[in-house]
Amino acid sequence: MSTLLFRRLLYSIPVLLIASFLLFWMVRTTYDPTARLAQVRDPATRQHEIERLGLDEPVITQYRIWLGDFLRGDWGESVASRQPVSELIPKALWNTVQLIFWGILVAAIIAITIGVYSAVKQYSTGDYAFTALTYIGISMPPFWFGLIAIHFLAVGPKEWFNLDQVPLNYVGLHSVGESGFNWDYITHLVLPVMTLSIQIIASWTRFQRAATLDVLGSDYIRTARAKGVPRRRVIIRHALRNALIPLVTVMAVDIGLLFGGLIITETIFSIPGMGRLFITSLVGSDVAVIEAWMLVVALFILAFNLVADALYGFLDPRIRVQ
Amino acid sequence: MTETERTDRTDLLFVGDAADTLPGVFADPGLGGAEPSLVPTAEPEPLTQWALFRRRFKRHKLAIASLGVLILLFVACYGVSLYMPYEKGEQDLTAGAEYQSPSLQHPFGTDELGRDYLTEVLYGGQISLRIGLTVALICTVVGTIAGAVAGFYGGWLDQVLMRLTDLFLIIPALAVLAVAREKFGSSPTMISFVLAGLFWMWIARVVRGQTLALKEKEFVEAARAVGASGPRIIGRHVLPNCIGAIVVNATLQIAAAIITESTLSFLGFGVDGSWGDLLQEARGNYDSHTHLLYFPGLAILLTVLCVNALGDGLRDALDPHAKH
Repeated sequence: MSTLLFRRLLYSIPVLLIASFLLFWMVRTTYDPTARLAQVRDPATRQHEIERLGLDEPVITQYRIWLGDFLRGDWGESVASRQPVSELIPKALWNTVQLIFWGILVAAIIAITIGVYSAVKQYSTGDYAFTALTYIGISMPPFWFGLIAIHFLAVGPKEWFNLDQVPLNYVGLHSVGESGFNWDYITHLVLPVMTLSIQIIASWTRFQRAATLDVLGSDYIRTARAKGVPRRRVIIRHALRNALIPLVTVMAVDIGLLFGGLIITETIFSIPGMGRLFITSLVGSDVAVIEAWMLVVALFILAFNLVADALYGFLDPRIRVQ
Repeated sequence: MTETERTDRTDLLFVGDAADTLPGVFADPGLGGAEPSLVPTAEPEPLTQWALFRRRFKRHKLAIASLGVLILLFVACYGVSLYMPYEKGEQDLTAGAEYQSPSLQHPFGTDELGRDYLTEVLYGGQISLRIGLTVALICTVVGTIAGAVAGFYGGWLDQVLMRLTDLFLIIPALAVLAVAREKFGSSPTMISFVLAGLFWMWIARVVRGQTLALKEKEFVEAARAVGASGPRIIGRHVLPNCIGAIVVNATLQIAAAIITESTLSFLGFGVDGSWGDLLQEARGNYDSHTHLLYFPGLAILLTVLCVNALGDGLRDALDPHAKH
């Protein structure tokens, strides 16, 4: 098992290098990193920057210089904020991590509950209703759900009931002057967490339903029932435990994707996380941020893919042998 | 996962490649495949694969309805200039013409420049549908060929394909699309090609997996034994048996492409005038003129729902053994 993981780890290094090179190549051939110096009078400044980044060299050399700097912790400087990228990204990352944490928590609880319920009560009215809902959840563009949610749960109620304030906030993670975990934080979290988790809930619910149905049809469940184990206990102790294994690995992969995948949620709700950082950098052609962002996000996706592999082997002994 | 397994005898025969060698087997009077005849000696007319597919597909009411809606939507969007009294982007700057709520004259209301919103949404549909179909077409053709060749011949081709998918797994897609738009421009065709470039390997992986399983089957061995060439085996024996997976994945790609394109447009990196772009312009109308928020989103939802339902119906009809 550990050798398998080790091999995966070794293998992911070249994959990451090639992926990051491709991304780097795409960014460098699209944007001009010296554009921000266009205003500077002295042409020597620009020339100096060109030499420092190796811009007159082939892309592969530029990549080597950039990667070397990156590994030494020099991620460049943002044009917009004049801050080092190595400070900007962790700050944005922290906001994104909060969203991911709450989103995953909510999604997991809802998806597992509904998925198991639908499987146990297969073909019941409830099952059909939830299946229809997951269908809609998967077919709905998440950004539209966010807009509609703001209308129905924040701005609308304020108008309909003549409230002084919107019941749920939709700008940022805190009101001005507030911080920490408090009621203000929660009212700011509800809408973004709903928006980011709606599609995840829909797909995980379907997944969990299928996995539970699969397990419920297996011999050891029948054995447990035959021994006289109560139905509730069979479902929770015997079925759920095994039905969770596939979902846990899917969850790990999906969490990795969220690090770069909250662009929509963070844009709609003006949350200064990774997604918003990327969009603002792209609009401002902030090359240093875009380059570092892509590598960091790719690293997270890769890391969580490895976690998924490890979890799968850890939770399912049958995998370890292979 | 046995929820929808069908028990028709005819279905069992579908997966094999026996259709052209054993036509008689497919005749199944019990299922109404042929006219019941009073003359016992009359041969029941054999059913073709196509007939079997049609019969199974027709049972899927939701899929039929979805297909109908999609066709209607397609005709409505592409024939919009024939029946709508307004032209694309036709403004009405008279006072009070802007931000009208839905009415008989303007079923979807009007926007801030007095443009008829139904017309705008229908023109937007041309872009979304076109991108969805183009992406699915490119992905299906490229992915199917790449997957079948890689799976059938194995070797370095297979290695390259698998490494490529590993690579694309860790690339943040939306970010790449946004940068690619800067690089290649924002025409619908360009966006379709970039989307297809990111999506094709998922079909390739599915087809590869099926090919790996199919090439060990007896009928492929038999074909080899009688001297069939590689391409012929792929074309005659392998791909026809993957058709279920291919078609279902094609519909998934249509849905994914439409949603991704609208997301990109919503972020301001997509195509002007598409559904996502309309929503981007309507953004902020949370308290008034909310009709501008509803209709483009509902159009996306309806289209993607129908495409997904159609995909489900096609899967059941083409590949009755597939697990959900």
